[in-house]
This record gives sequence, C-alpha cells and structure tokens, in this order.
Amino acid sequence: MAIKERMSGNEAVSYAIRQINPDVMPAFPITPSTEIPQMVSTYIANGEMDTEFIPVESEHSSMSATIGAEAAGARSLTATSSAGLALMWEELLLAASNRLPLVMALVNRTLSGPININCDHSDGMGARDTGWIQIYAENNQEAYDNFIQAYPIAEDERVHLPVMICQDGFITSHAVENMELLEDEKVRDFVGEYEPEEYLLNPGKPIAVGPYSVSNYAMEAKKNQEIALENSKEVILEVAERFGKMAGREYGLFEEYRTEDAEYIMLIMGSAAGTAKEAVDHLRDEGKKVGVMKLRVFRPFPAEEIAQALKNCKAVAIMDRCESYNGNGGPLGSEVTSALFRNKVMIETVNYIYGLAGRDFTVGDASGIFSDLEEMMVNGKEIEQYQYIRLRK
Amino acid sequence: MSDFSLKTMMNKPERLAPGHRMCAGCGATIAVRAVLRALKEEDHAVIGNATGCLEVSSFMYPYTSWEDSYIHNAFENAGATLSGVETAYKVLKKRGKIPAEDTFKFITFGGDGGTYDIGFQSLSGAMERGHDMVYVCYDNGAYMNTGIQRSSATPMYADTTTTPVGKESAGKMQNRKDLASIIADHDVPYVAQTTLTQNFKDLHKKAEKSIYTEGAAFLNIMAPCPRGWRYETAEIMDICKLAVETCYWPLFEVDHGRWILSYEPKKKLPIEEFLRKQGRFKHLFKPGNEALIQEFQAEVDRRWEDLLFKCSREQ
Repeated sequence: MAIKERMSGNEAVSYAIRQINPDVMPAFPITPSTEIPQMVSTYIANGEMDTEFIPVESEHSSMSATIGAEAAGARSLTATSSAGLALMWEELLLAASNRLPLVMALVNRTLSGPININCDHSDGMGARDTGWIQIYAENNQEAYDNFIQAYPIAEDERVHLPVMICQDGFITSHAVENMELLEDEKVRDFVGEYEPEEYLLNPGKPIAVGPYSVSNYAMEAKKNQEIALENSKEVILEVAERFGKMAGREYGLFEEYRTEDAEYIMLIMGSAAGTAKEAVDHLRDEGKKVGVMKLRVFRPFPAEEIAQALKNCKAVAIMDRCESYNGNGGPLGSEVTSALFRNKVMIETVNYIYGLAGRDFTVGDASGIFSDLEEMMVNGKEIEQYQYIRLRK
Repeated sequence: MSDFSLKTMMNKPERLAPGHRMCAGCGATIAVRAVLRALKEEDHAVIGNATGCLEVSSFMYPYTSWEDSYIHNAFENAGATLSGVETAYKVLKKRGKIPAEDTFKFITFGGDGGTYDIGFQSLSGAMERGHDMVYVCYDNGAYMNTGIQRSSATPMYADTTTTPVGKESAGKMQNRKDLASIIADHDVPYVAQTTLTQNFKDLHKKAEKSIYTEGAAFLNIMAPCPRGWRYETAEIMDICKLAVETCYWPLFEVDHGRWILSYEPKKKLPIEEFLRKQGRFKHLFKPGNEALIQEFQAEVDRRWEDLLFKCSREQ
C-alpha cells in the first residue's frame, strides 16, 4: 500500500535516493539543492543506506567524480543548482558523450547575475544542448516519481545517456506537500540491479574511456549519441507505463489539462503549471475553452507530438521561465514555434517570459494571458509576440 | 619493498604498449613505463590521465596503448575523476560485485599544466580526501601539448611561447611553484620527487612505495621535453643527471610527514651545466646576462638549503 507522507521536494528526492541506494554520490553544497546531499549523508550516517558519498571541493569535481564512478561500473548520481550546474558544463558534455547513464537531481535556480537564489529555469535551459535527457516536475510527487524512473531510462541499452531530474527551487524543493511514497522493495524491484556491460573495474576485460578522436570517427560518434537521444523518447514512455502499473500514476512526454476542445492553450513547464491549471478551472467555469499543456520531457524535445497536440487550438501562450538572450524569445518559444512550423501547424503564438529569479506568477497573471490570446484572436488586438509578465515598469 | 634489478624490471610485461605517437626523446613515456613497472604483475590498475600529449598520443580512437583500464575525462579534473573511480572500487568491493581475489590500483598521470595549474584544485581535493590513489605529475615545465606555453612549473628565464625572449624580455619572470612541497603540506601519507636516473632505481622505489602505501600519494617526476627544452633527443638522460647534480631537481621523499633526502651530490655542479644543454636558456649565455644566471643559481641554492633543513630537522 502507498505510504501517505508530507515532504518537501528535496526530502522526496532524497527519500527516493535512499530507496534506490545507488553506489556513489559525489556532491557539493549549493542553494537550493544543498539539502539533498545533507539528507543523503544523514541516511548514510544512520545506517539507512550504504552509498559512498564523496564530499568534493566543487561542482566541477562532483560531476568529474560522478563520471569516474559511473565509468568504473558504479551506479552514480549528484545533485546541484544554478552556478553549480554552470561550473559543470564541460563535464555535462563528457557524461553524455561517454554515454554514461548517471543521474542528477537539479533543483532549478536562476544563474547570476545579479546573484539570486530563487527559481527560474536558466540553469537547466543553459544545459539544454549538452546531450542530457531533461525531465521537469510540477510538484513534489512528480519530482519523486520522476527520480525513480531516471535510472531505468538512463541505463536502457537503447539509451545509455545521463538524465537530469529537475524541480523548481524553493517552490517545490522547500515547500511541504502531501504525497504518496512507494515501499522500498517496490522501488528497488522497479529500478533493478545495475549490470553494466563494459566498465573500468571489470577484472577480465579492461577498457579505455575518453579517446582522442580524429575527424574520421568523431562525427559518427556524435550522430550515434543523437540517435540514442531520439531512442530515449520511446524508452521514457515505456518506463512511464511500467511505473504507472506499479504506482498508479500516469506520465507521458507532456500532460494535457482540459485541452480536448480548447481554443487557447498555455504551454508551460514546472511548478507554474499548477497555477495555470487553477486559472483554467476558473475560466472553464466561465465557459472559456482554455487548457494547459505541461511539458514534462524537454530533452529529447517532443516536437512532433507537441505540434499534433496543439494543431486544433487557435492560439498558444508559450511560457518561458528563462531569458535566453538571443533577442528572439525564450528557449521554449524558439523550440515550440520551430516544431509548429516544421509540422505545418500554423497557429498563433505569443512567447511570455515569467517568474525570473523567483518573481511571482499568479492565477491572475495566467488568466490575463488567456484573455490576451482571446482579445488577439477575437478582436484583433495587437499583442507583442515576445513579452515579459509582471515586469516592474 | 622488493629488491631492485633493472634487468628484472625490464623483463616484466610492458603495460604501455609501443606504437603510441609520443616524440622520440620524450620523458613522459619513459616515466610512465617506469611507474607501471612498479605494479605487481598480478594486480589490476585503472589509469587516469589529464588531457595532454600523453593522452592524445596514447589513446587515439580506435587504438589504445594502455593494457590496463584507462580513463581520460578532461584537462583539469584527473584527480577528481580518479577519486570517483577509486570510490566505485570501494563500494563495488563492499557489495561483492568485484571478486575478492582481484586487486585494483589507481594511478593518474598529468602534465604540469594539468597538475600545477588548471587541475590544481581537483588534485588538492583528491589528496585532502585521502583516496587510495597515486597522482603522478610528469613535469616538463610548460604546456607542451598546445605548443610550449609557460606554466607555474616553468623555471625562471625559460623561453616559452607566452614568455618569449626578446629585446624587452629575458623569458619567464617568476620562479617555479614547488608543488611537491605543497602536496606534502596536505599531510598525505606519501609524496616524492624524482626523475629519470641512470638505473631508474630511485623512480622505481618511489613508484612502488606510492602505489602500495595506503591512501593518497603524489609523485612529481621531472620528464624533459625535447621540443620545449630544445635538446638533442639522445641527451635526455644526461640532462636529468645534471638536473640532480646541480640540485635544480633534488630527489627526496616525504613519508608520513618525514622529509628524507634521497641523494646528495658529492660535488654540487654549477647551474650552467644544466642550463647550457637546453635551447630554452640559450639567451642566458649571451654576454651581459651573467647576472641572470647568478640569480638562477641563487634560487637553486636557496631551495636546496631549505630542503636540507627540512630533511635534517626530521632525522
């Protein structure tokens, strides 16, 4: 039977880590992910798990040591936020290109400057093209459930790629919610034993990792990595299905909330999806045909699936909790419009930047955006195609 | 510690296979082979490597020269990477996933750029945490892989491509960092400095001790580079000998905090003997530059006296 509990998002992820009991965890403290290595260390200190924790001297070294441990044949993970992820950048690319199925708990926080400890997605988005699978959570339950699904995705022979399990700093990492936990045995059976085929510590079969590669070979290596990322889409769905049967909670590449007949859809990621759903419920009561598409899997990007799901609506608000400084919109704005164009779905879009560095995003803000879309479509009101929400004027 | 015989050692199977692309007369591969000869034949090893000449020349896809498992990650993180591998060994042993009869040893190689400079933090962290591993720096005193740029291991007045000798410049302006001493101050069980001596006994003994002493160990091996130092490739062993006989590169070890001098020249040779054989110091021998050599000599003397003091103090 499921265990009813109240936990913060960091507690929930740490609890999942204890249940999985991986082999090696190097980590370095950074707000707001610090609690995860703290809680894991406490579990170890109290004999509730026997993972080897490495208290490294930087995030660069935490990712380097995680890579070393994983290549050696150990199931490995780390946790970080913001500047910690930025410091790891070169190593993120190496984890993916060396095809190492390690896992990271990312607690999303803005990047400097100005230095600020609160949530936005600029850290995760900054690492969006490093070859990692990225899965985002709306709430504590999802952070927990996603973490349990991470290793089965990463370690699948069709994938062999690292997975980043993301949740919103403070909003879910520190807020306590009611949730359902799974029994330890169920989690362990679901995740299974790690049995790598090739690893450094195989006494009978030494291997070499991290070659120099001339142009004759390097391009194929990169393409193979890209194929693995494409493959991961079906693996993510298979794992979600298996998880659903075990836990009774369904997951896909994205969640569609009241979109079946929706004329206006808000596409959003992370905790703010809950706010958007609340707005949709109110507006539905008023007879407005509105819905939410909550993106769960950002990498690999489900371009065709998104385009198909949006094709019957009139307009979509694409919500970015990140400024990407390209002069043309946020990362989701760019990728979603590109997906729509390539799939010949010619609907109206507006790209909104919201919630940077912890700025509030309210039900009122979400409702206002839906009425913007309606005004644009019904009354022909001119709407700025790329704009900020709740910016102080 | 096993008895040493160069002949016996040279008959052990090579763990760095020939066919790699390192230069003729390069000190790095000589150092690597000598270190690996100190491994017991029955022991496995995982070799780590910072980016550098050694890495790009010994593991070019799809070929590797390494008979043992090997991991190259990046330039600046060989210490951290191997600390992850070593921890994996500890946990997989504990969980019964590696057979009890199989023993692994952990050795990582980095040039002075990857060790003294960009990888310094990663090395310091790995040493402080006390992973059971050996970090071997093959110190050729500059970033040779990228084309002879100065590092903090480059000696004063060396001509490098970022400290070029010119009308307004006599080469590098600063003295070299004393890394062996800095790592010794980490209070690790074993630190040693050595180079390629005539029968390799000093290097062998220190490699063996560093590998088979439990905990973190650091080995600093002066490994000349014919391109960067500009010497005749056949002269490498003479240059190493002169580095020791002039006390430019003293041989010593710090064993559980105890400083031990490994060799004291009967007659300390003047530093010119070491400098003269190398093109990177050619400008020092031009008329008018005598003071620069005197200054170089004074620094060598100061460091040598300091080392003698440390060693005498500990006896």
